[in-house]
Amino acid sequence: MALIEIENLSVTFEANGQSVQAVRDVSLQVKERESFGLVGESGSGKSTILRAICGLAPISAGSIRIAGEPVKTPRGKAFSRQVQMVFQDPYASLHPRHTIDRTLSEPLAIHGIRNTDRRVVEALRDVALDPSFRFRFPHQLSGGQRQRVAIARALMLEPTILLLDEPTSALDASVQAETLNLLSRLREERGLTFLMVSHDLAVIDHMCDRVLVMQHGLAVEELSRADLAGARMKTDYARTLFDASADRMLDPPSPAAAVATH
Amino acid sequence: MSLLEVENLRVTFDTEAGRVEAVRGVSFRLDRERLGIVGESGSGKTMTGRSVLRLIRPPGRVDADRMSFDGIDLLNASERRMRALRGQRIAMVMQDPKYSLNPVMKVGAQLTEGLRLRERMGAAEARRKAVEALEAVQIRDPDRVMQAFPHELSGGMGQRVMIAMMLIPDPDILIADEPTSALDVTVQAEVLKILDRLVRDRGMGLIFISHDLRLVGKFCDRILVMYKGKVVEELEASTLMQAQHPYTQGLLNCLPRIGGDRSPLPGLDRAAEWAD
Repeated sequence: MALIEIENLSVTFEANGQSVQAVRDVSLQVKERESFGLVGESGSGKSTILRAICGLAPISAGSIRIAGEPVKTPRGKAFSRQVQMVFQDPYASLHPRHTIDRTLSEPLAIHGIRNTDRRVVEALRDVALDPSFRFRFPHQLSGGQRQRVAIARALMLEPTILLLDEPTSALDASVQAETLNLLSRLREERGLTFLMVSHDLAVIDHMCDRVLVMQHGLAVEELSRADLAGARMKTDYARTLFDASADRMLDPPSPAAAVATH
Repeated sequence: MSLLEVENLRVTFDTEAGRVEAVRGVSFRLDRERLGIVGESGSGKTMTGRSVLRLIRPPGRVDADRMSFDGIDLLNASERRMRALRGQRIAMVMQDPKYSLNPVMKVGAQLTEGLRLRERMGAAEARRKAVEALEAVQIRDPDRVMQAFPHELSGGMGQRVMIAMMLIPDPDILIADEPTSALDVTVQAEVLKILDRLVRDRGMGLIFISHDLRLVGKFCDRILVMYKGKVVEELEASTLMQAQHPYTQGLLNCLPRIGGDRSPLPGLDRAAEWAD
């Protein structure tokens, strides 16, 4: 049985008499300990799926099940202990007037978990941050350090599922490498399941076993990692995305392409 | 003589905590070509671009042995002279259209403002020129965009509007500071194609500032790699994969690749002696 099951999910936003279908009839399944990627351009609905899982976007049709149980509205405490989300922008996702200590200990207080002191120090160590960061404010940290705090916060309740919404797109290339390595290590150590959104196919390929390509709210094509590496995509849109990927730019033209131009 | 010559450029900030040197002795020349400047956050690449236009505000200071554009000494030119150069002959495209366009002014008014005030052009003619510029950056319905406020446009559209705005006076040099990093890969490819065509058709010089080494390698003719305010390596884009400096190699290797193995990505080695 899959850990995350999404069936025929649609999300419709309504405002001022107009309605926008952000996600249309998307189904996907993520097995336990698997890492699943969602990729597509802005507005393709990939982040909206993550937000719908967390209850931050309205589900207008279809269903979401976590470990076989349909999600409840509101999501409730049990849900937060199972599923946590890391947002794109580390500058916006941490409370600017709370210290790192307060940010990390708040989930523990809400859930009545003791040993706050020890857990906060451990959480910082897990994401390779020096304990001296504990009583600082977010503005005293760099972007990469803030994203580490955001990851530490998401792991405070020891969830099994992490929803990652473009976790490295606001970061420099070198800091991105460190953050991706951190996420891979944590997944390995804790047996986490990832559902990850990115517009960078190279990042998705590095992190995920399977990937769903989305466009205009629709699921276009699902690819395994081997299909992606071997460029065996069937739809034109997935191909466009693949070709536009910055990673492709340095490759010499493939023999097939050279033949085609002659 | 090159179009733009910069020798031993230094940008210093005197702060309460002491002196911070953002750029330390950068030299380069630019002709009608595409020059890429690459580096991490804080490497001084943006400051290098801004100091060409003398857009560094106090307490920042710009010094150089020489900084000249088309025979004009940029270091000692009067503020009045600089104003005549900015936008007219050397234009700059900023990173994020959300912060660089006026949020309470329609796109059309922003595009025509310069023409009407500077060139004293009539409303109808200015409008015609603005629509032409929007068409040049491949905006399909320029009339709608002219009537729109910046928040009504997507990131890619906003970025194209900014490029159009910079192109109206037909500058000799375009400084593009991370023009595509707020954009999706597919839109990014489109914007780059537009920039590339404009540079070729109009014979502009382009300074392309980015943290993405692969992108710059694909798009530019020549690359400067900056680290802590210094140029550590200068190379032809075609020889990027044979880069000699360990920092450049590190920047290349820390990016994941499609079909690469899953081993941890190599971290970037930041040796202090490279900065000396």
